[in-house]
Amino acid sequence: MKYLPLLWASLWRKKLRTLFTALSIIIAFLLFGMLQGVNNAFNRTIELSNVNRLIVISKIALTESLPFSYTQQIESLPGVARVCYQSWFGSYYQDPKNFVFAFPVDPERMFEVYSEFKLPPEQLEAFKHTRSGAVVGADLAREYGWKIGDRVPLHSTIWTRKADGQSDWSFDIVGIYTVPSDRSQENQFFFQHEYFDEARAFARGTVGWFAVLIKDPNQAAAIGAAIDKLFANSQNETKAQTEKEFQMGFLKQIGDIQFIVTRILIAVFVALLFATGSTMTQSVRERIPELAVLKTLGFSDTRVLLLVLAEAVLLCLLSAAAGLALATALFPKLKNMLQVVELPAEVVFAGLGMALLLALAIGLPPAWRAMRLNIVDALAGR
Amino acid sequence: MSSIVSLKRVAKRYQRGKQTVEVLHSLDLEIEAGDFVALMGPSGSGKTTLLNLIGGLDRPSEGEVSVGGQRIDRLSGSALARFRARHIGFVFQFYNLMPMLSAQANVELPLLLTSLSAGKRHQHALTALQIVGLAERAKHKPAELSGGQAQRVAIARALVADPTLLVCDEPTGDLDRKTADEILGLLQLLNREHGKTIIMVTHDPKAAEYAKHILHMDKGTLAPQAVA
Amino acid sequence: MLKQIIAVTGMNLRNLSQRLGVSLVIVIGIAVTVAVLVSVLAMSAGFNKTLANTGRPDRAIVLRGGSEAELSSTISRENTQTIIDAPGVRRDADGKPIASAEMVAIINLPLKTSGADANVTFRGVGGKLQVLRPELHIIEGRMFRPALREVIVGRAAQAQFKGLGLGSRIDMRGSQWTVVGVFESGGDAHESELMADIETALSAYRRNLFQSVTVMLESADTFKAYKDALTTDPTLSVDVKREPQYYAAQSKRLTELLNFLATWVGGIMALGAVFGTLNTMYSAVSSRQMEIATLRAIGFGATPVIVSVFVEALLLSLIGSLLGGLLAWLFFNGNVVNTLGSNFSQVVFRLTVTPALLGSGVSLALVVGLFGGLFPAIRAARLPIVEALRAQ
Repeated sequence: MKYLPLLWASLWRKKLRTLFTALSIIIAFLLFGMLQGVNNAFNRTIELSNVNRLIVISKIALTESLPFSYTQQIESLPGVARVCYQSWFGSYYQDPKNFVFAFPVDPERMFEVYSEFKLPPEQLEAFKHTRSGAVVGADLAREYGWKIGDRVPLHSTIWTRKADGQSDWSFDIVGIYTVPSDRSQENQFFFQHEYFDEARAFARGTVGWFAVLIKDPNQAAAIGAAIDKLFANSQNETKAQTEKEFQMGFLKQIGDIQFIVTRILIAVFVALLFATGSTMTQSVRERIPELAVLKTLGFSDTRVLLLVLAEAVLLCLLSAAAGLALATALFPKLKNMLQVVELPAEVVFAGLGMALLLALAIGLPPAWRAMRLNIVDALAGR
Repeated sequence: MSSIVSLKRVAKRYQRGKQTVEVLHSLDLEIEAGDFVALMGPSGSGKTTLLNLIGGLDRPSEGEVSVGGQRIDRLSGSALARFRARHIGFVFQFYNLMPMLSAQANVELPLLLTSLSAGKRHQHALTALQIVGLAERAKHKPAELSGGQAQRVAIARALVADPTLLVCDEPTGDLDRKTADEILGLLQLLNREHGKTIIMVTHDPKAAEYAKHILHMDKGTLAPQAVA
Repeated sequence: MLKQIIAVTGMNLRNLSQRLGVSLVIVIGIAVTVAVLVSVLAMSAGFNKTLANTGRPDRAIVLRGGSEAELSSTISRENTQTIIDAPGVRRDADGKPIASAEMVAIINLPLKTSGADANVTFRGVGGKLQVLRPELHIIEGRMFRPALREVIVGRAAQAQFKGLGLGSRIDMRGSQWTVVGVFESGGDAHESELMADIETALSAYRRNLFQSVTVMLESADTFKAYKDALTTDPTLSVDVKREPQYYAAQSKRLTELLNFLATWVGGIMALGAVFGTLNTMYSAVSSRQMEIATLRAIGFGATPVIVSVFVEALLLSLIGSLLGGLLAWLFFNGNVVNTLGSNFSQVVFRLTVTPALLGSGVSLALVVGLFGGLFPAIRAARLPIVEALRAQ
């Protein structure tokens, strides 16, 4: 601690140079925070997936529907606690840009299987008893200023109504749910499957997919196999996966985000390593006489090594902290793209860890040189 | 009085490319506590090498070097560093202050190696600056000081840890006559009033006159002692 | 003046080798920035090229009103007849309209790279396929035969997904289909698809609804008349779009995302490169302090010194950008990438490093060099001669 003033003063010996080096590091860690944050957001969806749930889709493709009658059949299998079904509504609110993740569901089954979705009991009751009722996530309600009692029109790009052949559907908001464990889930829109099934022009009696709550997560594979076996060789074969497998498969289709992010970050850090490394080396080279003086004053070789290293650590950690702070401040701006509210703490810690590694990588060679410095030669200007 | 510096049959050889150069030849030297010795001689006579050996910056190729009763010729690098911190104060021709630190912070540097508290370090540094007459310049950076002032700060830094021995290499080599006289007067004062043992390399005969003894070196050996 | 500039700049560049280590900071910093920028843009360009270039202006695609993509569209058989028979559709030698009423379904096929399942478009097409889409050629095997469960696969699909070799069998709805041919169609989005006879496909899926109708217009100019004819028909509720317009809309989202990425990541990295360049150029100026002061003392003006600093910064930036462009081109040009298109199915596209992209990389680098050289150049010009001479 008592060396801090000395370190600080050494760091600012050449103000502009240190400033620019610090800015480069800040920028690199701003990128690190943002990109790693995006990466993390995608992985988070997978990590947060529930181990107690299986997702059952058509074996042909996610977009092929399954018969409604499967509900009872799956539920009667041993190990299955409860089954709920959903369908893809493919809708927007007022403008195609305002995409809404809406799903027709069975109110009771939905909130039993997705127990982390919290809905006040009286609102659930209202949902059950209102044919055109809808329950929306708190975040979605906030975005469009929806309140309980509002009548909300949604335009479906898929489903037309039998009565008028139109694609405009309207719903009465009767509840607002929250998901305390994962706020990024608070952007969905649920309405009654029964109402939907009766009103739609085609594909009646089918649902998009099933979410199956199982009693024992260790039995997931066995139960999944049992479900698939139940419908094997039928018109509508199924593919049962754990929620995690399902999410992973889906994300993989978007593209290997992790791959791209890692490539960019490696490139950024190689450049940074080079830039800061060379300024650090240069700065130590200029200070050789000073370092020699420290040694004559009785600073041991190891102490000089540590001083130079500490300088690199101080610079890297402070700049990285600033960059990560900036990323934390800016990250919520990406919300619309990512559905994530804030930069996860683990990204910040990983960033600080990276900063430490960076400091050691750029600090060690000049520090080593400073340690090996021969006083007599250095003082004689050799 | 006992010897504070004692060199016995000291030789120092350097490797210069393929050639081995012997800079000091079997040299003997005793300096008593409280002495002020000027070391004179032409360039390349081995003055600085001798000073480096006494100051614990370098080790002899042969022979024994004792300072304050302690053999230092076979000490390890880190032991030598501890020795310098405790026993030696250096003053250089070009002051060698840290340009980014204030005068006071420069003087405090050696105290970072002690267990003194921040307050004590501060106080000691101020006292040292008072002794060299620069207390009012404590907050100034080296670039804002004149050559003489910078050298006073360097002397304060050499003093602050209360070393056994002050080792000065051409302390007035970069200063004009008047300033040089002031610095030499200060060294003399430190020797007389504060009992500091000083060994000073110089090739300025006027500077040497401030010392109690003058030693002449030539081609790696000491000429017979003469009293100033 | 010009002579002075040439002399000072030449002298400076000859000495550049002595500052090699620091100069590399500029080169590497800019190379990395340009490489990242160019490769992200190449992705966007490749995707655009695949989707936006799919189709011709004299072909139109008809979807159910309000459906943004084929997958969410449904058109009844009688409606497809109305759409095909409408005025403005080109007719072939037999007087039959050139059109194809199509069914689109998605099937799961494993990716070759990761083995993970991916959504692949399976398209049932009408008999006029090759007249309607003359760009489509069989490059291996043969065309499917009607009434048989045979498919032809796009070249890109075959390269990206497992199990699409000639003679392979694919399971769909309890029926087995055989791959009998491989086609190419000018590198457009259809190359990521599988195609089969429409009636065979409909019967296998037990469907009687189509997803879209694609028609060949008499000419690109008859589009409006054709569109009006369909949209004013009270029995129809459809959207009519020119093919290029439809596919451009499909690619919009991803293109926007990639451009966003390129702008922000590229922009932030460029800013970082500016700082690196500033640092290097400042240190270059300070190491030339003596030289500059001497020149000024002899009587050289400030301009040659400023120019020499700029030339150095720009030259190093240029080298860096060329290196970065080369890296992007070597590593990514022609790389095949797949992603989920807005039709909920995979689109396979190639990263394309075009000269225009390289050009924008080089321009960015020169801007970085210019900014990075500016302040150091000013410092060089303002260097106090006397002090600089004394400093050594």
